[in-house]
Amino acid sequence: MSLKRIDLLICCGSGCVSAGALKIKERFHEVLKEHKITSEVNIIETGCMGPCDYGPVMVIYPEGIFYKKVTVDDVAEIVGEHFVKGRPVARLMMQEEEKTISAQKDVPFYQKQVKVALGNCGYIDPESMDEYIATGGYEALGTVLTEMKPQDAINVIKESGLRGRGGGGFPTHIKWQMVHDRKADQKYIICNGDEGDPGAFMDRSLLEGDPHRILEGMMIAAYSMGASQGYFYIRAEYPLAIKRIKMAIEQAKEVGLMGENIFDSGFSFDAEVRTGAGAFVCGEEMALIHSIEGERGNPTPKPPYPAVQGLWGKPTVVNNVETIGNIPTIFRKGAEWFAGMGSEKSKGTKVFALTGDVKNTGLVEVPMGITLRELIFDVGGGMIGDHKFKAVQLGGPSGGCLTVDHLDTGVDYESLKERGAMMGSGGVIVMNDEKCMVNVAKFFMDFCVEESCGKCSPCRIGLKQMLEILERITDGYGREGDIEELQRLGESISKLSLCGLGQTAPNPVLSTIRYFRDEYESHIRDRSCATKVCNDLMHYDIDKDRCIGCSLCARKCPTVCITGSRDEKYTIHQTGCVKCGNCFDVCPVKAIDKVPGMHPEIVEHRAAVANAKNPYDD
Amino acid sequence: MYKEICAKYAPTKDNLIYILHDIQDSHPQHYLSAEAVTTISDYLKVPENHIYGVITFYSMYSTSPRGKNIIRLCESPPCYIKGSDNILRKLKTILGVEVGQTTKDEKFTLELCACLGVCGNAPVMMINDDVYGDLSEEKVEEIIDKIRGRN
Repeated sequence: MSLKRIDLLICCGSGCVSAGALKIKERFHEVLKEHKITSEVNIIETGCMGPCDYGPVMVIYPEGIFYKKVTVDDVAEIVGEHFVKGRPVARLMMQEEEKTISAQKDVPFYQKQVKVALGNCGYIDPESMDEYIATGGYEALGTVLTEMKPQDAINVIKESGLRGRGGGGFPTHIKWQMVHDRKADQKYIICNGDEGDPGAFMDRSLLEGDPHRILEGMMIAAYSMGASQGYFYIRAEYPLAIKRIKMAIEQAKEVGLMGENIFDSGFSFDAEVRTGAGAFVCGEEMALIHSIEGERGNPTPKPPYPAVQGLWGKPTVVNNVETIGNIPTIFRKGAEWFAGMGSEKSKGTKVFALTGDVKNTGLVEVPMGITLRELIFDVGGGMIGDHKFKAVQLGGPSGGCLTVDHLDTGVDYESLKERGAMMGSGGVIVMNDEKCMVNVAKFFMDFCVEESCGKCSPCRIGLKQMLEILERITDGYGREGDIEELQRLGESISKLSLCGLGQTAPNPVLSTIRYFRDEYESHIRDRSCATKVCNDLMHYDIDKDRCIGCSLCARKCPTVCITGSRDEKYTIHQTGCVKCGNCFDVCPVKAIDKVPGMHPEIVEHRAAVANAKNPYDD
Repeated sequence: MYKEICAKYAPTKDNLIYILHDIQDSHPQHYLSAEAVTTISDYLKVPENHIYGVITFYSMYSTSPRGKNIIRLCESPPCYIKGSDNILRKLKTILGVEVGQTTKDEKFTLELCACLGVCGNAPVMMINDDVYGDLSEEKVEEIIDKIRGRN
């Protein structure tokens, strides 16, 4: 291994790759060759660095300079100016209020973050085991296997206060203890890489960015409970994650970190990768177990819990990727250190995926208990454009939304639950004031109806009923009593469903009713959508004072419902309008407005047409 | 050909999902034919109805022939918030197909899928194994044109 003058870390997380990171890497190779300095620069493909919105991003050491939104055309300048002449390229650095920020550690996005599980993501080459070991990797495994009894290891996790990061927040040590205490000829550990809620992508980034950490954590867990076989269940949508974990397993086997009698401790372990085939419900642990067995991924009633009868009827622990990712660091730095972070009942850090209408989308890791305000406005950089913050959905379609009034809530398992949201696996979808909450709730419900496996009737039939009510509300056929009916249905479905999917699916509807009831009411009573998102509850109108009579709108109208002349100006005949928005887009003088509320002509039309039967009548 | 693929895996039921993936990926029309199902059934000693049960449960499997390129647009909430419905409309217009259909020239099949895990760059779609993020209507047109030209 030769020493190089410069380390160039290119983020090759999925976000940056989709923005062209691999092409940039190729270009660097070419340009370095032209300058004949290939031997001086170490190009490293790392996992996700976090700020996906600024991709492709890269960090250059020894200075630690951070470049964002790099294009193939910028490469020549970076090499020529920065690498050859030692003059970093200021225009590619982050700008904060006229100030140029050169170093990665000074970028505001990183300032409140504390990286534990993501410690190596974006810092090491995930395909190199040596780099993982150089950051202290496998030390924890060595200590646990050679100096600790399984029960001691479980006690460490108990003291650390680690809770499952996949959604429920179940204390990790209890799961381990249950399996540890059972007598069986075979026990299994499964790493749940079937990413929790849509909108959360930390599992993917961890598996892709630091696979050896997950492998090490899994082995420590396996030793603690006496499992000799592990499975990584990874979604088929994540081909790179599958490849990296397989590679890590091979590398570890080659040097004897995995296999028979590891470190002469008498502990043997083997692991395999299993993939899904596109089913959201497979993140549920029983469904996941059935999927590994080669069955349909239907959940089955609990008890028996997997700790008693799991994979092939044997005691099994299912731990989420992020949970496992915390384990090596807890053993290296101590349970006290980990428990020193976070709030009273939620210890340590949590990785969140910031998405939606927030400036800095991406992956962040912050101590538990941080307020939503800090998370969205300090780390996330606030809202895009001049829009106002309206709501934040936590926990994806199983979670709930919170409003401006909750911005100072600490983010931990209990506080969120009290307010009708949940931690989930850490998806944070930020919404601005252009979003209609009824429509958002309908969208989440539609998602859950699609993904329901159909096994139990509350979820299969009940959710469909809720969706139909939401559809008639947004179509302008809402009735008095619909809100109460939604609440009644939602509460029964929560209580009666077999698995987590059905139990939590009504949450978005219930929480939006709780915090945005007025929006539901105006949809039903006034037939009006204030945000003009619901097509049937808004209309287009031409302002005759601004209209210049050019006729462009009439010519572009697919239903020929706009008529007029240069003198009379133009009018939309509302009953023919399909709200395609063509006229709005093409008007050269912006004389067409979107107006909230159903047009009186339509209200009349719906009432008048003799056989216009209300499609939602029973 | 199906037999050879099966033989790569041990004849146990837990390999079913792998075998299905492998056979579907190696078929030029990216689907699982009735013949394939019969072969797998014989190999694993699992009834065909079980195999069809599995195929229809998971959204990535198809029992009808598909196009050369499979477009999978993410229909998850973060992409929706960022306007994936406009992207879907655009895709339908330029391809002239509905979701689940294949273009006449058999070049594209349009599908929806759950989260692709690239939510920081929503809206996102995957064409075969490549992810395309930060989509706009113009960008979609460019991408499709490029692939059309290549094939």
